[in-house]
Amino acid sequence: MPLLYPLVLSAALFGIGLYGVLARRNAVMMLLGVELMLNAVNLNLVAFDAWFADQLHTGQVLTLFTITIAAAEIGLGLAIVLALFRAVRTVDVDEVGASS
Amino acid sequence: MTATEIVFLLFAVIAVGSALLAMTTTQLVHSALWLVVTLGAVAGCFVLMTAEFVAWVQVLVYVGSVVVLVIFALMLTRQQTTVSAEVTGNRWTAAVLGLVAAAGLGATVVAGFRGEPIEGNRVGTAGSLGEVLFNDWVLPFEILSGVLLAALIGAIVISRSGTER
Repeated sequence: MPLLYPLVLSAALFGIGLYGVLARRNAVMMLLGVELMLNAVNLNLVAFDAWFADQLHTGQVLTLFTITIAAAEIGLGLAIVLALFRAVRTVDVDEVGASS
Repeated sequence: MTATEIVFLLFAVIAVGSALLAMTTTQLVHSALWLVVTLGAVAGCFVLMTAEFVAWVQVLVYVGSVVVLVIFALMLTRQQTTVSAEVTGNRWTAAVLGLVAAAGLGATVVAGFRGEPIEGNRVGTAGSLGEVLFNDWVLPFEILSGVLLAALIGAIVISRSGTER
């Protein structure tokens, strides 16, 4: 399998995730975009691991670390979004920016 | 074109299509469910790139817990008045920036790695990954467990802090 397939797929997913982060108004949806971008990075790491045939499996181990970081990020992010909702009764990032 | 490539391209089309739907649909819960399809297709790509343990971790952590958390958050932050437009006013700027990022990254990887094949002769099973994880990557692994604990305690503190007042 050519190395380019996963790399191009990863670039496309990263672009879609970036669009999601910038364009969605709901803060939870912005976090979903961040998750999508992190997944694109994971795809890159796994592809380069398989290409390099590393003895230490560096890419796949780093992918496991990235998945853990992503879980920590979504946990903290959703807690902050819930605190924001409790404070201003909205998760719309436009309204939050306008009211403060 | 081998069978692996055909299946990989199929997964890639599913992943990109459902990611686009997840980021553009106005139904928030549908968006989270489309993200499940994307993450599942990416897990399939991991299997095809001989990373089967990472694929299972992806299914367990992302599809199993992250999306459930997101759906919980969507339910808890449901607004009284339905928002008519789900996207901000700078939607087209965001679309242009996303396209530029994807095209730039794509051009870079095409220029750098054209014609390189993946042989896939070192399979990442749970056994082989566990061996390197607990022989060579022990210190980062332990630090990461501390990071995860700190993040979870922080999440609990942040989500409890508003309730007493």
